[in-house]
Amino acid sequence: MKRRDFFRNTLPAAVTLPSIFSGLSVKAFTENHPLVQALLGSATDTDKVLVLVQLNGGNYGLNTVIPLEFYGNYLSARQNIAIPQNKVLTLNGVTKTGLHPSMIGFQNLFNDGKLAVVQSVGYPSPNFSHFRSTDIWMSASDENQVVNSGWVGRYLNNEYPNFPEGYPTTAMPDPLAIQIGSISSLALQGPGINMGMSISDPNYFYDFLDGVEDPVPDTRWGKELKYIRIVGKQTEKYTSVIKAAAARVTSQGDYPSNNGLAKELKIVARLIKGGLKTRIYMVSTGGFDTHANQADTGNATAGNHANLLLKLSSAIKAFMDDIKTLGVDDRVIGMTFSEFGRRIKSNDSAGTDHGAAAPLFVFGKNVKSGVVGNTPTIPTNVGFNDNLAYQYDFRSIYASLLSQWFCVKPTDLQTIMLKNFQEIPLAVNSACGTTGLEDIIRGAGDELIVNYPNPFVESTVITFRSKGGHTLIQIIDPLGRVIRTLADKAYIAGTYSVTFDSMGLPLGVYYARFQNGPLQQVRAMLKTR
Amino acid sequence: MDRRDFLTLKKDSGIPVPVSVDNIRGIQSGLNPYGGAWTTKEISHLLKRTMFGAAKADIDYFRGLTMSQAVDELLNTVGVLSPPPLKNYDNTDTPAGDQDLGVPQWSTWINTITDDGGVNYRRRQSLKAWWIGNMVNQNRSIQEKMILFWHNHFATEGKEYDRATFGYKHYLLLKQYSLGNFKQFVKAITIDQAMLRYLNGYLNSASAPDENYGRELQELFTVGKENNPNYTELDVQVAAKVLTGWQINFTTEVVSFNINKHDKTNKTFSTFYGASTIAGRVDATAGDVELDDLLTMIFNKKIEVSEFLVRKLYRWFCYYTIDSDTETNVIKPLAQIFRDNNWDIKIVMSTLLKSEHFFDVLNFGALIKSPVDLMVGMCREFNIKFPAAGQNEQSYAMWSIMKDFGFLMQQDILDPPNVSGWAAYYQAPQFHEIWINGDTLPKRTVFFDMLTYNGYTASGYTLLLDPVGFAKSMSSPSDPNALINDSLDMLYRVPLSDVSKATIKKQILLSNQDQDYYWTNAWNAYIGNPADNAAYQTVYTRLRDMYRYLMNLAEYQLA
Repeated sequence: MKRRDFFRNTLPAAVTLPSIFSGLSVKAFTENHPLVQALLGSATDTDKVLVLVQLNGGNYGLNTVIPLEFYGNYLSARQNIAIPQNKVLTLNGVTKTGLHPSMIGFQNLFNDGKLAVVQSVGYPSPNFSHFRSTDIWMSASDENQVVNSGWVGRYLNNEYPNFPEGYPTTAMPDPLAIQIGSISSLALQGPGINMGMSISDPNYFYDFLDGVEDPVPDTRWGKELKYIRIVGKQTEKYTSVIKAAAARVTSQGDYPSNNGLAKELKIVARLIKGGLKTRIYMVSTGGFDTHANQADTGNATAGNHANLLLKLSSAIKAFMDDIKTLGVDDRVIGMTFSEFGRRIKSNDSAGTDHGAAAPLFVFGKNVKSGVVGNTPTIPTNVGFNDNLAYQYDFRSIYASLLSQWFCVKPTDLQTIMLKNFQEIPLAVNSACGTTGLEDIIRGAGDELIVNYPNPFVESTVITFRSKGGHTLIQIIDPLGRVIRTLADKAYIAGTYSVTFDSMGLPLGVYYARFQNGPLQQVRAMLKTR
Repeated sequence: MDRRDFLTLKKDSGIPVPVSVDNIRGIQSGLNPYGGAWTTKEISHLLKRTMFGAAKADIDYFRGLTMSQAVDELLNTVGVLSPPPLKNYDNTDTPAGDQDLGVPQWSTWINTITDDGGVNYRRRQSLKAWWIGNMVNQNRSIQEKMILFWHNHFATEGKEYDRATFGYKHYLLLKQYSLGNFKQFVKAITIDQAMLRYLNGYLNSASAPDENYGRELQELFTVGKENNPNYTELDVQVAAKVLTGWQINFTTEVVSFNINKHDKTNKTFSTFYGASTIAGRVDATAGDVELDDLLTMIFNKKIEVSEFLVRKLYRWFCYYTIDSDTETNVIKPLAQIFRDNNWDIKIVMSTLLKSEHFFDVLNFGALIKSPVDLMVGMCREFNIKFPAAGQNEQSYAMWSIMKDFGFLMQQDILDPPNVSGWAAYYQAPQFHEIWINGDTLPKRTVFFDMLTYNGYTASGYTLLLDPVGFAKSMSSPSDPNALINDSLDMLYRVPLSDVSKATIKKQILLSNQDQDYYWTNAWNAYIGNPADNAAYQTVYTRLRDMYRYLMNLAEYQLA
């Protein structure tokens, strides 16, 4: 019998657990407890959503947010693709910068107080490889570190440490994160398990909302393939809740056509309105790798980059209008990001090569609107290898949103982000600091491993629940290296404790990984002073 | 020829439309020797059906042979006899005085008899792990697949006959006869200790006849229950009388015949068997002689016996639905060959595996992998590194987790659900589809994820898929298109659309970029400096995600 069933079937509202669990008060409540019920009932009201919009390829920041303050130098560095000063879209109360002329949607959002522009976001020692820099942004690692989990995955692991054992739960009946598209990115990878919903077929998601199915031939293998696919769809834990959520929304606003990002954001709006408690959505759009023909010859306001920005701006504007009409705009904040900016100086093929810092956008009714940071300085004589220096570490943006939007506490923030980062005022959520909800959510699912105390100074006691047979407890660092093995043998079913003594190890985040036959669970632990 | 081309051609070629069952296109080809292409596709088809997975080295090897030579080699190569199963358990709960206490850990238990249930339970876990190890370490031989086939056909449950020593000897028996003479095989099975205990043959006596084995011998092992007319209840009762007197000495684990327990009367069967009478014998050879008479009588129902077994082989190696064309072109002539060759199993397999029918493109990819086929095949195809020979503790730990996953996915080797074997091979109309349900399909995914993400760690060893090593074995890993195509040729038996391939390339290998050279550069950066961790991780994470994705699509469940 599963432990959850055991609790549900046999226990009264409050239970006494073995002393080993003393100090872990949340486990003393079952789902029948009035406090839990009360908190669960209020969950939807406080649920905030973050939509991450990935711009693949490295968006050209200087032609997205144009540095009017240094227009002369800007123009001379890029005669062939510079946006004429009189075409730049102006922003209310802002003289130093403006937007690309195709971003009318963003101009409206800014002037309505729903858009923040953060200047020159990047990281020290920028890497110019798409792959490597994408991985750095997804994992939120230092340039010289290879971290094998993603920042969203670590956040969700911190919030729902028992996932996926025992999920879906009453407290969290929905996917923790949804990526529109087929492949879950590194950002959603937790320290042990991917925290995002995996969608098993490239066309699956659209098909499944529309009730369409890939055709198969009338052969033996066609029959079997069809059968397995059907079972696969029925088996997906979250199929029914997503379908139900989608079905609750029968009318949505207009979105631009021939715009893949708009199509994806439309699904996101539908699922949010449909009542999913999913906190993170990821969407993406590509083509920003504009080495050549970034702008049309003779008309820098038209061409590839103009089209990309038009699609971005109009898709997000349509999304914002839609969620306002749907009445969920209070709950949603979004953020754009790209793996890097592009070089200051353009090349001879009317394009730009891989660069460093670039602006990013945070959008939503509850953002602190405005331009954050100084206009990036452009030198007089720009060389081909010159890059913009970063003003804000991208991890400051993540940390700020987690803290200000999801109310993540400082200690947890350090566990998730692996270090401390400067916070920038970006979002407003008045609920932050007033709810004990997270403790209840954290207890959801089948808890197989915990540690106490956490954070810890020198040592912490790891308590785990073996279902019998071979059981392994490893201590892993954020780079995925196994640094200790605390248990590696057969156990009789029961609850056991081992001590992690961290003497000699640096301060920071460690993960306790539990493996028991086919089961595994990972717990984050923070070593502090 | 590509399957799609084939299907298109067939539509336009004026060939009469084959008979369709369940709206499935029928297959008209028969047992004529196959003379078509011999490429990765066909080799992979042959290997996935006759071995566990199609490993790169095996595909390369068999490409150097003709199709006929390849089949001959698979049929004639004797499976490696691995060292016997070892004591991978301790004696925590073993009662004082038990013989097993004298067996040191990591030496074999097969020569030491014990009647203790706890010890036998642990020994059977050892035996199951060892069996998985035999499959993982198989040589270029069909033998391990045949052993599993026969384990399903002559199904016995270890937890019922209890003694692991019986199980070990039973395995050796299945191996010995796996491609031998079917009639002799049935005789050996009839007086095998595991079977005698499982179906109560050892309790079957003149004074208290037990019909269990006498029934299954006919219903499940030889003539089947689908005949009209068929054997009767009388035949079950009379066969049981013939089989009285066989005993197991549980102290020495020797089977003997006891004439005093034997029914010495004449045994007369129904008209199905021509009202034959087996004369009752009275001496010590009575059991043996009467058993021979019984099997001669049963095997005289040549058509029933030969067709029954050929159908079962067909369902295991080809597909479960036998349409009327297949019945006419494959089952009937193959059954004829079987009985004309005095029940020689190898010639049946040889004829089937070399046939146009077996290599018909419409037969490709139609088999849903059993859990064991899936797991062992995956490990072999991806060349997942197991502990070296002699690293016993680690080896048994790795084999054991696979055994446990087999249990979770409903294929617990040594312990099939009942005497009928696994439902996937007899339960109409679903058959193989029974392997896949809402409970088992996610567990298949959990197994893939375990071996692709963190691996399985025990006794200091980690079983983990090496996606970079696998990619390296492809013809041109720096070209993302070639890499995907080569990988699919090896891993999939059914086509993936160009749209899907493009999506996989873009979303995974290219991190959503459009230019192929970004992958090429990343791969070359790693090859140029394998010690650079960032360069390695860049290709590692993308390849890992790609192979995991390919394994999680429904296509990978098909062989």
